Amino acid sequence: METQRVVSVPSEAAPQLEIHAPSAPVESQKKPKARGRTIVVTSGKGGVGKTTTTANLGIALASRGAKVVLVDADVGLRNLDLVLGLESRVRYHVLDVLEGKVSLADALVRDKRVQTLYLLAAAQDREKDDIATDAMIGLIEQLRGEFDYVLIDSPAGIEMGFKNAIAAADEAIVVCTPEVAAVRDVDRVVGLLGNRITVQLVVNRIRPALVRKGKMLSVDDVNAILRLPLLGVLGDAPDVIIATNRGEPVALDDASETGAAYRAIAARIAGEDVAAPQAAEPEGLLDKLGSFFGGRR
Amino acid sequence: MLNRVMEWFRTLFGTPSSSSVAKERLRLVLLSDHLALAPDVIEAMRRELFDVISRYVEVDEAHSDVSFEHKEKGIAMLASIPILSIKPREPESLPKEETSVLEAVTVNGHTSDNYGRRPRKRRRRKASGASQTAPAQ
Amino acid sequence: MTARRIVVTSGKGGVGKTTTTANLGAALAQRGKRVILVDADIGLRNLDLVLGVEKRIVFDLVEVVEGRCQLRQALVRDKRFGENLAILPAAQTREKTAVTELQFAEVVTGLGDMCDYVLIDSPAGIEHGFRNAIAGAAEALVVTTPEVSAIRDADRVIGKLQERGLPMRLIVNRVRPEMVRTGEMMSVDDVCDILSAELVGIVPDDPEVIDTTNRGVPLVLDPAQRLGAIYIKIARRLEGEMIPFTQLGAGGFFGRIFEALRAG
Repeated sequence: METQRVVSVPSEAAPQLEIHAPSAPVESQKKPKARGRTIVVTSGKGGVGKTTTTANLGIALASRGAKVVLVDADVGLRNLDLVLGLESRVRYHVLDVLEGKVSLADALVRDKRVQTLYLLAAAQDREKDDIATDAMIGLIEQLRGEFDYVLIDSPAGIEMGFKNAIAAADEAIVVCTPEVAAVRDVDRVVGLLGNRITVQLVVNRIRPALVRKGKMLSVDDVNAILRLPLLGVLGDAPDVIIATNRGEPVALDDASETGAAYRAIAARIAGEDVAAPQAAEPEGLLDKLGSFFGGRR
Repeated sequence: MLNRVMEWFRTLFGTPSSSSVAKERLRLVLLSDHLALAPDVIEAMRRELFDVISRYVEVDEAHSDVSFEHKEKGIAMLASIPILSIKPREPESLPKEETSVLEAVTVNGHTSDNYGRRPRKRRRRKASGASQTAPAQ
Repeated sequence: MTARRIVVTSGKGGVGKTTTTANLGAALAQRGKRVILVDADIGLRNLDLVLGVEKRIVFDLVEVVEGRCQLRQALVRDKRFGENLAILPAAQTREKTAVTELQFAEVVTGLGDMCDYVLIDSPAGIEHGFRNAIAGAAEALVVTTPEVSAIRDADRVIGKLQERGLPMRLIVNRVRPEMVRTGEMMSVDDVCDILSAELVGIVPDDPEVIDTTNRGVPLVLDPAQRLGAIYIKIARRLEGEMIPFTQLGAGGFFGRIFEALRAG
């Protein structure tokens, strides 16, 4: 009887693009392929919003028509799939591709909501040391040949996972919350990113009311230490929690202020002359009046 | 603010709350994670599956495949097992009914929903004059 | 060795391991126990910062392991707690691979002869730094928040702890009762259900906690902080006292007003 091998490749995982082997050098007569931008999202400190930012910026950029691939570099503790709501469609992961078990095209999960967005998941049952840096660089190079943006979600820390995540990136978005521990970690990370990588800052979870009361660092306080170009400031709205519960990132939601902020950041990344979004906190009326009369800009 | 009101409306009109959605998603993703992390358990399952099926048919183990897939409300184990021939049946070796832990079994490409269950044979026993009938499944 | 050796871990970063270690240690110290805190986050140390002793660090854990100083010399005492609270800082400019599991375990054993409790602040993740952190421990506290990523990672970590045979108990941090009430956040019961873990603490979300960690002031020292009482309760449960959890988010018109008083 005929042999049948069940290979779970649902049709939606086959994107309309070709993935070329990275080995062939480009001949000088040929026009070089347009190369996508490779951006790592990192922080040092865990829990500041790297994965949420990667997911939402990916959606926002793809919603503008760009072809975007999100790469989860958090081997062993993957969550990008969960935040995106794609966890039930992940079949294969980065190591499956690097070890030749499956093609890159088969491993990519295409988002049904934003059709130019793809996810390359991390392995859950492996370790970060299992990926050689060279292999990671090769993979990202392959991806950038086919996508406008390659966003890499870095794990927390500064060990192998982080090193692999930054290895092939030309740009970095560092995410920082307004707390001393986070600022200190970002400062360390920026030092490790070196001169090759262009770095920009996103400040997450600002609560303007607490800043006004002197109970939270302001964006200026944070950037007085970090001295980085500011991409945007995000508040600490509960809608992010709800979004992660449902697997529906806020950037998909036109009614979400946080979503709008992510979309504005995406526009800035794309080169539009849009003002860096500032955190807006859902406030009561009195607070609103107070900020109108005497709050910070 | 507006989207939190929308969220509240959603739950008011019968859409599950985001926390219950989260709980269900977590249940499935943890199941999937645990399966990914237990290759020895899966291997044992595979082994026993082949043993059971091999009682009835000759299978091509080398070309068999067992995998897990997310279905709508759960995770399904999918097995593709090429069948080479049917083994001759011997009356006394018919096994008792077995229940399976599988949600769905694909044998040679066809999905079967009654995963290996066979209706229990009705047996009449004469014991102390009373007849006992095993209940049908 | 007399001390209980407890690792505080989570898998996910940013859920409150360091804050928990610092505040639980302070609570135990305030109750008269001799406590030594160990920062296992080599390269990204923060326990010293949260305790406000960062300017007084002379030696660190890596230097102890490398024999460049005695263990006692590296301990930084928090004078606010008399002789009861000290910290062994991590190195800031090294990597987690600078110390092996065996070396870490030896350090913890050494500390165990000097105190009643060794609390080890684990880094995020489940790799080298985490393995070091659990190497010297006899029990674990897993910290999670009621969010999907945190719970998923906590589950992973619990699996790792079970592999090592380490008994563990759960602290659910950053609970927002008003969101639990409206179904926008999973409840503590949901979390315990999913993780099948024994609960030892429920800590409500309080953005003002960031200010205390910024200033390096443990919550038990600040009477304005109601969360200090919660860490005292957790400390007492660790000591074996049976203290009931007050249910958060039980609702009612006065629920919001009184919720500040209800937690555990």
